[in-house]
Amino acid sequence: MPKILILLVHPALEKSKANQMLLDSIPNSENITLHDLYEEYPNFSINVKTEQNLIADHQIILFQHPLYWYSCPPLMKLWIDLVLEDGWAYGPGGNQLKGKKWIQVITTGGSKDAYSKDGFHGYETEDFLLPFRRTAELCGMDFLKPFLVQGTFQLNELDLQKESNRYSKFINQLLGGIYE
Amino acid sequence: MNELSFFIQALIYLSSAIIIVPIANRLGLGSVLGYLIAGIVIGPFVFGFVGTEGKDMLHFAEFGVVMMLFAIGLELELDLLWRLKFWLLGLGGLQIILTTVITAAFAFGFGFSWKPALALGLILSLSSTAIVLQTLKEKGLMKSVSGQASFSVLLFQDMAVIPILAIFPMLSETDVTTSSHGHSLIEHLPGYAKTLVVLSVVVGIILVGKYLLSPFFRLLAKSGNREIFTGASLLLVIAISVLMGAVGVSAALGTFLGGVVLASSEFRHELESNIEPFKGLLLGLFFLSVGASMDLPVVMQSPSKILGIVFGIIFIKALVLFLLGLVFRLPLDQNLYFSLALSQVGEFSFVLFGYSEGLGLFQEETIIILVACVAVSMALTPVLLLLYEKTIFGFLESKIPKKQTEQNIHKQENPVIICGFGRFGNMLGRFLRSNAIGITILDFDADRVEMLGRFGFKVYFGDATRLELLEAAGLEHAKVLVAALDNPEKQAELIRNVSQHYPNIKIVARAGDREGAYDLKEMGVQYIYRETRETAVLMGKDVLRLLGSRAHTAEKAKNLFLKHDDDTFHELFDLRRDRVQYMSLAKQRNAELERLMLVDLGKEEELERDPWSEMER
Repeated sequence: MPKILILLVHPALEKSKANQMLLDSIPNSENITLHDLYEEYPNFSINVKTEQNLIADHQIILFQHPLYWYSCPPLMKLWIDLVLEDGWAYGPGGNQLKGKKWIQVITTGGSKDAYSKDGFHGYETEDFLLPFRRTAELCGMDFLKPFLVQGTFQLNELDLQKESNRYSKFINQLLGGIYE
Repeated sequence: MNELSFFIQALIYLSSAIIIVPIANRLGLGSVLGYLIAGIVIGPFVFGFVGTEGKDMLHFAEFGVVMMLFAIGLELELDLLWRLKFWLLGLGGLQIILTTVITAAFAFGFGFSWKPALALGLILSLSSTAIVLQTLKEKGLMKSVSGQASFSVLLFQDMAVIPILAIFPMLSETDVTTSSHGHSLIEHLPGYAKTLVVLSVVVGIILVGKYLLSPFFRLLAKSGNREIFTGASLLLVIAISVLMGAVGVSAALGTFLGGVVLASSEFRHELESNIEPFKGLLLGLFFLSVGASMDLPVVMQSPSKILGIVFGIIFIKALVLFLLGLVFRLPLDQNLYFSLALSQVGEFSFVLFGYSEGLGLFQEETIIILVACVAVSMALTPVLLLLYEKTIFGFLESKIPKKQTEQNIHKQENPVIICGFGRFGNMLGRFLRSNAIGITILDFDADRVEMLGRFGFKVYFGDATRLELLEAAGLEHAKVLVAALDNPEKQAELIRNVSQHYPNIKIVARAGDREGAYDLKEMGVQYIYRETRETAVLMGKDVLRLLGSRAHTAEKAKNLFLKHDDDTFHELFDLRRDRVQYMSLAKQRNAELERLMLVDLGKEEELERDPWSEMER
């Protein structure tokens, strides 16, 4: 069974219902490690060695984060900058991430329609993820289709319930080795 | 000397010094020459204010030289001495041997028989520690190449006085077995026993200095009585010199040794600043008496003869030093300075001439002439150096690139001085030390100093409000002074002293509370830290977390609070005299802060959202 590392990156989790619901629906499994970056590093002093050891221990790296300005929150960018070192993650001798899966679990306030060619933002959500895709590829990782929870501004309790069920099923599939 | 005449003497000596030394300094002659001139002026042959007791005064004032060596010893840690060993033995040893041989040969040529010639050579090979070191110190050259070379040679000469004193009786042609000059208690002992006694006294000084003095000083320090501490410092120096004198070793060398032993003690800077004023005055007195005891009639009777001898001696000594400087690869400009600086005959020659008189080595007339020559050579040194600086030195200095070696010799000076090493300074010290920042620590609590010393901190005992102590601790080389004294008045005194005399040093100061911080700001301190502020807010942050707040949110709340507190601190400072306005503004700012915090915590929905809450969830 593959081991999943969930990197939760949310600077204001207490204000995000959607992300909280998603968190609650993560199944209980000893193969899942939840790692809350803003809780771990409130003043942004990332311990690179610890992070690298964590990753080495897992096969699936899952970033759960909101989409801020078409990108990730700042701590996640810093994490990428620091942890994915030359010679460790990529470059000569940098093969520690080879074959691992990169998955992003993203919440967006805008709806699926807003993130489309004809929508408000004019591009698909995945178009905005190009830098992440390229990062994963450079490290020899499989960049999987992101798990999207969209239109969170409009979601009611029932919708949220549905999304969390879907999330829970998604993670169970990952644990079973099924990648969409 | 009755009481009145003692005071009149003091009046004459002090006022002549006070009038002439500043003038000499103003003219760039240096205070040594100033004192010498003052001495000549009040001496028996110009105004005759003081009589021939100048010589007696000289013996008393030699104690200034003793104190100076003690102070030098204090500044010397053994590793520096070890680093200098090459120069000390090589340069110092060769200098004495060569100068002695050459001068003795000349003396022999002038009709001395070989034994007195050799004795004369030995006497003339010594230079004046007092004049040279004082001059080097005043010019800030102690740590330059020439300074270190001079110091090594002088140190070796001071040590050489002991064997020279031992050799002299053997050179005596009249059959004198015991010296009439002998004041040594162990004169009657056979040779090996003498050596044994001297050795055990030296070892005793080292042992006492290492194991007994610190606890003793700690005990005195606890009494909190500064005069007693000063008294003890003086007592220490006097005791060592008496003890050394008793076994026939030069007092200067003995106290130097005592100084070196105490150099690693936590009381080093306090001792230094206690001795400093006495040392300065006594040295001044010493130069004054050299001036006063200069036998002008003898000089005037045969000026060409005296000047011939003086310049002959200076030339031989300078030449030997210069050649050795070449061998030891001193840079040219430094080598010339070094050669000229040490070209005079030293104060020990007065002692040695007196000693040899008792041994019947020289005729009385010869001694009078030679003593006059020595005094003239001493008086000429500052003049020669001044001439050299004004002409060749400046020219050479611009042509010769600064050598790297100079850098190596520089003593490690710490950029940070921490005054007060209680719970606050302690934490700061640990932080700086872990960042490899050199710190010098001063504290006035003897127990604490001892305890921290055991933790490997270099902590010195002392009252940081004394400027001379701070200077001894290297204030002029420091970049930052940390004022963390517990007593607010002491703290204020410290800050005023330092900012007045050393405006370029950055002062970071600890305050107890907001009122204390206002007081510091009023004194012009730019960097003020309330000791409990950060800790309290950090604690608050953790309380927020314990109540369920997320780490990053709590961190933000902490930063926001501190920032707001900083801003209002400066704003409220202007209003602190007006209680009504002060309270009103303070309340207003507190309300603002509360509102801000609530917004940030997302607890006040109707207020503007913070940027992230507006972003997509």
